[in-house]
Amino acid sequence: MISAEYLAYRIGTSTAVLACVSVLTFGMMYLTPGDPARAVLYHQTGQQPSAEAVAAFRAEHGFDDPFPIRYWHWITDVVQRDLGESYRTGRPVSTMIVDALPATIELAIAAMAVALVIAIPTGVASAVYRGTWIDQASQLFALVGVSMPNFWLGYLLIIVFALHLGLAPVSGTGGLSHLVLPAIALGTGMAAIVTRLVRTSMLDVLDAEYVDAARAKGTAERIVVYKHALRNALIPVVTVVGLQFGFVLNGAVVIEIVFQRPGLGMMLVDAIFARDFPVVQGVVLIVAVLFVVTNLLVDLSYRVLDPRVQFGGEHA
Amino acid sequence: MSTVAGVLSRLESKRLTTIARTAVSELRSNRLTLVGALIVAVLGFVAIVGPLIVPYEPAAQDLSNRLQGPSLAHPLGTDQLGRDVATRLVYGARVSLGIAILVTALRVLIGTTVGMVAGYAGGWVDELFMRLVDVQLAFPGLVLALVVAGILGPSLRNVMIALAVVGWTTYARVVRGSVLTIKERKYVDVARLVGTPRLRLFRRHLLPGVVNPVIVIATLNLGTVVLATAGLSFIGLGAQPPTPEWGTMLAGGRQYVRSAWWIVNAPGVAIMLTVLGFNLLGDGLRDALDPKQQARVEEV
Repeated sequence: MISAEYLAYRIGTSTAVLACVSVLTFGMMYLTPGDPARAVLYHQTGQQPSAEAVAAFRAEHGFDDPFPIRYWHWITDVVQRDLGESYRTGRPVSTMIVDALPATIELAIAAMAVALVIAIPTGVASAVYRGTWIDQASQLFALVGVSMPNFWLGYLLIIVFALHLGLAPVSGTGGLSHLVLPAIALGTGMAAIVTRLVRTSMLDVLDAEYVDAARAKGTAERIVVYKHALRNALIPVVTVVGLQFGFVLNGAVVIEIVFQRPGLGMMLVDAIFARDFPVVQGVVLIVAVLFVVTNLLVDLSYRVLDPRVQFGGEHA
Repeated sequence: MSTVAGVLSRLESKRLTTIARTAVSELRSNRLTLVGALIVAVLGFVAIVGPLIVPYEPAAQDLSNRLQGPSLAHPLGTDQLGRDVATRLVYGARVSLGIAILVTALRVLIGTTVGMVAGYAGGWVDELFMRLVDVQLAFPGLVLALVVAGILGPSLRNVMIALAVVGWTTYARVVRGSVLTIKERKYVDVARLVGTPRLRLFRRHLLPGVVNPVIVIATLNLGTVVLATAGLSFIGLGAQPPTPEWGTMLAGGRQYVRSAWWIVNAPGVAIMLTVLGFNLLGDGLRDALDPKQQARVEEV
């Protein structure tokens, strides 16, 4: 179990990290070469804005205030769930995120499911038949899987399954059929990483004494593998799969563009090209919050699953 | 003093030969590592020599020969502007490898410095740097790189800056960990007590202990940087047309996947082989140089 002390410590550090993250996120617009206000107007109209237009825009959006004051205005709104309005459309950023988030979460979950469905049987087979061609084939899969750019895999899937076989739609969102190809494109790389991990973890467990004991007792090998070994082997897998959430968000950006799925990733890229700073800041902040919270939950669940993990360890 | 320095430098060069020898024997004993080394060697050769021998210019358009399939004149076909895909692929190797090496070098430089200073100094310095790492790790790497590169403005240079800035944390953590162990050793105490200047202490006593893990991570990192650069260029943030960059080429061919599948697939295969080469080589080097190190989950 988790002590209240540890819980408080972890929540405290995560909150502190998020506070720093919010400052960085807000400060990012200052990386724009030149005047951000001018850049925004230039992207909106396609021509150099007049000095009066720039001045008016700066006044309207509080650009003339010093950074700490601007940040304070922004963050006090953020904690009240107001992320500002898009410079382009005037729509509230929070509404835009609420609209786009489900498509991305759906993709992320489907990709993780694909990854686990491929990785667990492959990794277990690889460990149980260690050194045989099965093991070599699955290791080769893992190597190729991590080396393949997911956007290229996306096009390969489109060419084969959508264009030639006509089994799935090329792009967009909708039912399950729209989700299959993007999920495979995104999940394969993760499957490769998790396969390796399941294999290593399974090999460790199969060498453990309690597995020998189960065998000595005369337990059938199948039960030894699935009941005794696999359950314990999956503990570290939980951690890595959870930590892969960031990887999924990384990949989702690119995959959403390949399959033209209107999600958080596509929204972010559009906003970046349009210098729509409130949208960029909102998406980055939400992504970081999701990421930090997932990592926290993963860490805590790991401790519940495996009581041997020390409490309050170094950078636990 | 000069003889001591001589002995030390001889010891150091002996150490380097040992590293090289272990690496070579690993290459011999592990076929997959050999394949990786071979891929990387061929790629390096193509990147350096290739542009000198290909018959076409990478940006030379031939609009009467658009979207031609593979043929003797164009072994990998032509793209939407009639440019030779094979030629662009060869020039692209130069771009991708060049960026990968530069970005990785920057990451090693930043990460190793931060890790050594944090580990050696300890106290609030260590605390400060490690919290900085935590904050950085709160963003998914590629998303952060995307935003930084995007706001700086689309260009290869800005992609390199963004990737260097987001990727140094792994090095910092590993190096810090090694330094924490090494600095407890007797010889470091002795060196400190006899008044060895700090820079020299770092170079002579701390740096050698972190070289192996850094080499391993850097090799694997070369592959991930190739992937990330291609991904960002694919989105439109990196290399701008007509630069022959693999991700940009892939993006340019996406409207033609139905009629001209080679435009998308040629750079796709090139990226995959490159990353595979670095991964195989990195895995082999890890087994040889740093066997305790677990398989690392790389992000960007």
